Amino acid sequence: MSVAPASNRLSRGRPARAAGGFAVAVFLASALLLYSAPEEKRITLYSNAANYSLPVLERNGDEYVGLLELFEPLGAVSARASGSHWKFRYYDVESDFTAGKTRARIRGTDYDLPSNFLLENGRGLVPLSCLGTLMPRILGGPVTFNQNSRRLFVGNVAVHFTAQVSKTTPPKLVMNFTAPVNPTIATSPGELRMAFNHEAVVAPGSQALTFDSKIIPSASFQENNGAADVVVAATVPLMASFANNGRTIIIEPVPQAAAPSQAATQVPRPPTSAGVVPATSNNAPIGIRHYFAVVDPSHGGDERGASLTDQLAEKDVTLAFARRLRQELETRGLATMLLRDSDATLSLDQRASLTNSAHPAIYICVHAASQGRGIRVYSALVPAEAENRGPFLSWDAAQAPFQLTSRSAGANLVKDLQNKQIPARSLIAALRPLNNITTTAIAVEVAPPSDDVSQLTSPAYQQLIASAVAAGVAAFRDKLEAGR
Amino acid sequence: MIPRSLIIGVAILLAATLGMSVYVWRIRSRVHRTEVSALNTQPVAPPVSGATERVTLYIAYDDAGVLRPQPVHIQLPAGRQERAAEILRALLTLYLDKSSTHPLGTGSEIRDVYLVDPGLAVIDLNAAFADNHRSGVLVEELTVVSLIQTLTANIPGITRVKILVEGNERDTLAGHADLSNFYDVPALTQAVAQLQGQ
Repeated sequence: MSVAPASNRLSRGRPARAAGGFAVAVFLASALLLYSAPEEKRITLYSNAANYSLPVLERNGDEYVGLLELFEPLGAVSARASGSHWKFRYYDVESDFTAGKTRARIRGTDYDLPSNFLLENGRGLVPLSCLGTLMPRILGGPVTFNQNSRRLFVGNVAVHFTAQVSKTTPPKLVMNFTAPVNPTIATSPGELRMAFNHEAVVAPGSQALTFDSKIIPSASFQENNGAADVVVAATVPLMASFANNGRTIIIEPVPQAAAPSQAATQVPRPPTSAGVVPATSNNAPIGIRHYFAVVDPSHGGDERGASLTDQLAEKDVTLAFARRLRQELETRGLATMLLRDSDATLSLDQRASLTNSAHPAIYICVHAASQGRGIRVYSALVPAEAENRGPFLSWDAAQAPFQLTSRSAGANLVKDLQNKQIPARSLIAALRPLNNITTTAIAVEVAPPSDDVSQLTSPAYQQLIASAVAAGVAAFRDKLEAGR
Repeated sequence: MIPRSLIIGVAILLAATLGMSVYVWRIRSRVHRTEVSALNTQPVAPPVSGATERVTLYIAYDDAGVLRPQPVHIQLPAGRQERAAEILRALLTLYLDKSSTHPLGTGSEIRDVYLVDPGLAVIDLNAAFADNHRSGVLVEELTVVSLIQTLTANIPGITRVKILVEGNERDTLAGHADLSNFYDVPALTQAVAQLQGQ
């Protein structure tokens, strides 16, 4: 009789100890993960050509950035390492850097870097702190660099805003911007946060704004790690809506009766879709952004794509063009996600999975070629053996239900480009991952305007094509939204 | 005194060893000859015997980015599968010519064509064909559609086509045209029409 109680105690004690041990293990693993995954430092550059973000590297206690990557989206660049010398060319401006030295020559005159120039596997790295003086010398124009927030403005590209609370009941905070914006919006108790990751939004006169309202008493502007945030403080849950083609954001209290259900279902919307961003009263952010378009710069990383010239890889042209296309689409109020914004390797399956998870209205894959002229727009040729069964889509034939809208979108885009005197053709091709995409999907292959393949890197040509493609997509917006 | 049975046993073992050695030596020589022929990437010469027949080749033109039918007369063997291979080799001969409208890389070759009922054709390219092919969506599509359309226009009954490289599956021809899946010939009709400028 004395054995049974002891056994029971034992059996009760083991799970308790096991659970305790498991909890400690989970805590330690979480702590380790959090410790080992610090936020990647980034620098963001805003210009008329493109807005883009690059990783910042830590070397010898200083922050560095790759010079070639920094200038690449701005125009025709090339670099050549010769021994310890690294010759960099931006259009006709030549610069000569020496590995391990601070002295450089730019436009034929000496220039001293604050820290040594570094050469790593043929890649030239310059200290971040010099960009405010180095870039104007190379670009020949004004550059504003906020080193603390790592935000760099080339030319007069800053987006300013005003904020004012109306005296209505309930009060509304009306923010007017000088250009369309499309922030990611999230809420937590007592605040609504707008993250401007791609827009050159700058602080108003003061970083802290106060309003004569008990419900929306203040807002603040913060810059950090290549992005800007506007945080609106409030005593009640807030929601945001967009007007004036994305130039105006109106923030107001969530109607009491509607708040709980909206909080559970609604997510941020692109500016032009008259979307409403509801606030929640819990800690779960509702920052799941709905993208209208996903732009996929094909190839990347280890996969160079076509060698357009001895020096020029397809992966670099597609990235530069895709950045411009994103900018042009967002300027038209179409929220756009870029599948890769650096020289990263992505498999075709990863590209399709990321796109399908984002549920965009259109997927645009960007290719570049040295053969032919102008633009070729492709839609998918769905393979033979793939078959969709009821609600289950075959991975290889996932595009089948969207083939008609994809071909229609491609044909419309081609017509639009031809109206702008840009040579364009619509074709069908077995080109992955088009057949794996569960939305309207097209691929755009950009060929040079003449025999000169280097024209593919011309900012003017890229801008012309990106603008024309974005305009074509925007013109088809309603049908794409309907087919989403 | 060594037992007689042991002597006989050792003698048999020695004879077997000798026989095996000769056999292995002959096998090695045969493998070497096979490897040498595999390395030979020169195009296979057209058949010297057989009736001359009219076939239609669908030839790619890079400058206009189009596909155009061109009737030619070539000698063809009797077997359906052999005919398929010879028709594609005739197409390849044009592409490997110096004045080609759609040049292919040196050493490109059709290793074989297999016709598998019902309606499946498998085109096996050599490694040089894919490795030396120019990269680009249109230039690769022109090659693939040219091969498939030439094959299906001259060999009736093909509904699906699979392209292999050295007998193995390959993701793409040169970074773009998908080779991982089967091509549906009826579905390809519209692509062919577009490439013919229709």
